[in-house]
Amino acid sequence: MPKKIQYENELDAPLFRPIYETGKGFYITVGILMLIILWALIMYITQIWFGLGVTGMNQTITWGFYIINFVFFIGISHAGTLISAILRLSRAEWRRPITRMAEVITAIVLAIGGLHPILDLGRPDRVLNIFTSGRLQSPLLWDVTSITAYFTASTVYLYLPMIPDIAKLRDKGGKLTWFYSFLSWGWQGTEHQKKVLNRAISILMIMVIPIAISVHTVISYIFSMTLQPGWHSTIFGPYFVVGAIFSGIAVLLILMIVSRKVFHLEDYLKKIHFQYLSTLLLIMALLWFYFTFSEFLTGIFGSEPHEMEIIHYKFTGPYALFFWGMLLLNFIIPVIILSIKRFKTITGILIASIAVVIGMWLERLNIVVPSLANPRMELPIGIYIPSLVEWSLFLGGIAVFILGFVLFSKFFPLISIWEIEEGREEGIKEVEERVHSYLPGKETGSK
Amino acid sequence: MPKWAMVIDLDKCTGCGDCIAACKLENNIAIVSPEEANDGRVMFWMDMITIYEGEYPNIRVKRFPKPCFHCDNPPCTKVCPVNATYKNEEGLIGQIYHRCIGCRYCMVACPYTAKVFNWLEPEWPDEFKNCFNPDVSLRMMGVVEKCSFCAHRLLKVKEDADSDEREILDNEYLPACSESCPANAIDFGDLENKESRVYNLSRSSRAYREMEDLGTEPKVIYLQKRE
Repeated sequence: MPKKIQYENELDAPLFRPIYETGKGFYITVGILMLIILWALIMYITQIWFGLGVTGMNQTITWGFYIINFVFFIGISHAGTLISAILRLSRAEWRRPITRMAEVITAIVLAIGGLHPILDLGRPDRVLNIFTSGRLQSPLLWDVTSITAYFTASTVYLYLPMIPDIAKLRDKGGKLTWFYSFLSWGWQGTEHQKKVLNRAISILMIMVIPIAISVHTVISYIFSMTLQPGWHSTIFGPYFVVGAIFSGIAVLLILMIVSRKVFHLEDYLKKIHFQYLSTLLLIMALLWFYFTFSEFLTGIFGSEPHEMEIIHYKFTGPYALFFWGMLLLNFIIPVIILSIKRFKTITGILIASIAVVIGMWLERLNIVVPSLANPRMELPIGIYIPSLVEWSLFLGGIAVFILGFVLFSKFFPLISIWEIEEGREEGIKEVEERVHSYLPGKETGSK
Repeated sequence: MPKWAMVIDLDKCTGCGDCIAACKLENNIAIVSPEEANDGRVMFWMDMITIYEGEYPNIRVKRFPKPCFHCDNPPCTKVCPVNATYKNEEGLIGQIYHRCIGCRYCMVACPYTAKVFNWLEPEWPDEFKNCFNPDVSLRMMGVVEKCSFCAHRLLKVKEDADSDEREILDNEYLPACSESCPANAIDFGDLENKESRVYNLSRSSRAYREMEDLGTEPKVIYLQKRE
């Protein structure tokens, strides 16, 4: 029996607790998730064995769940690093308990989303052909490039601000000391180390913003670079980025609410954090609606026959339920909940966020399928009904995400301890000085 | 350099579907099971499009054969991540089955839906397996394929012409659909050769191409009397 690690007398004890105390719930969750992942793995093996014929796709609707989920998962990844970088950059003090979680989401979801195109390949055994005979002119290669860049940048951006916390865990001792001391790179918290770390974080946070925006822009290019009606649109780049940030914030809010409950972080994730972040969600909901409205209005007003066919299909066709559901979940529900103060409670925010996540998934569905279901050539078209394999892999993807998050919370603090300390020690003073410098009057002692 | 093109005279076409059958046999195209076909996974290189115009009882049925249009400005080759579909110098759009990773981006990008994917391991009834065309390679599961304008026939024709030290004659290189058409509705030849039948037909007042406004410059030209 290893000796019990003392953390109870730490000021931030609640942040250490999930690492040193493992309840039954943890094993049950991990067990269930592993079962789902195993099931998804079996399903993927059947797909490799029998071919993509086991999915619901066909000759005209030749992209389905895998591409929808690819866009969806990569979209979620935009919450994290991008939000955290923007909050850091604008020196928003309320960011401190949020950034770590946001960055974790990015790193995990990006890995899952990035693998989705491989699930979609007819010949996954030949995936390395993109290196041996890749064509940089193809939007798919742009994707490979920007997703790899974003994954690299965002994992580094997750890792660097973790170093001081890892050093804290190392100093506590225990079974995994070798692991933490390897990862902490000899961090002692000297002035020089702090300076270097802060500079590295500053460089990364500026670098990561354009990379993040490029990722979803390039994903939209996969669609908008083709001539297909409903896809060939110039606003697709920003439209996708807005949608990505929108769904990302929603996932971030859900995870924050759940971890607050599970890990008893009520003292760290306060109502104010949820209110600020959900205001951002409300803004994104309005922005998303603005883009959607512009996209459809230009289509309807121009009335190009093929474009109209697809709009008509979306409004009244077999997928109409999903289209109107998307509008309800993405716009009406979140706007009502988040703009009325009485509803803007944590439960209300949770409901709005769940609505947005489902709604944004439906949005991806509404982009991918209707355009493929209405080819310009007058072909007999079937309907796309995803198969068990596709559903299983979707569930598997979600399970991998949750498992990644749960395991992360087991090994590292979900809230940046040193940044909270920094907030306590320096933040208050710094903000006071900053506010003074905004006001008229002589410069105070700040440099 | 020749520029191979097809002219389909819809005023002659009876919609019999002989071109489809000839194409399937010539190119060893998989025979998809009826269940799979109902799921929309039927495999044709030469397809027959049926359009119903008007409302009952005044319905007009329009049928026309649709191969790959071998666009001069092809949207499919532009998006391929691995160069598995390409345009050669004679304007033929080829597929490299052994390089294709099966992402199906080219299928999505093709406005004419000319490409088909091998959703399962391709299958044939036993009788077919004894009479495969040895000139056309069999495809494997998970790759995209499409009409090649019977490019394997061009190789033979070229060899013959080379050994005789002459140019390829008009009507010497014909794809299987053109050769088999009982109504002589499908002509094939070199658009650059001003004496060829195809060149002259393509300048007919009846000539049009599918979705010319997209700028894909298809090399399949339809002929139909205007009303």
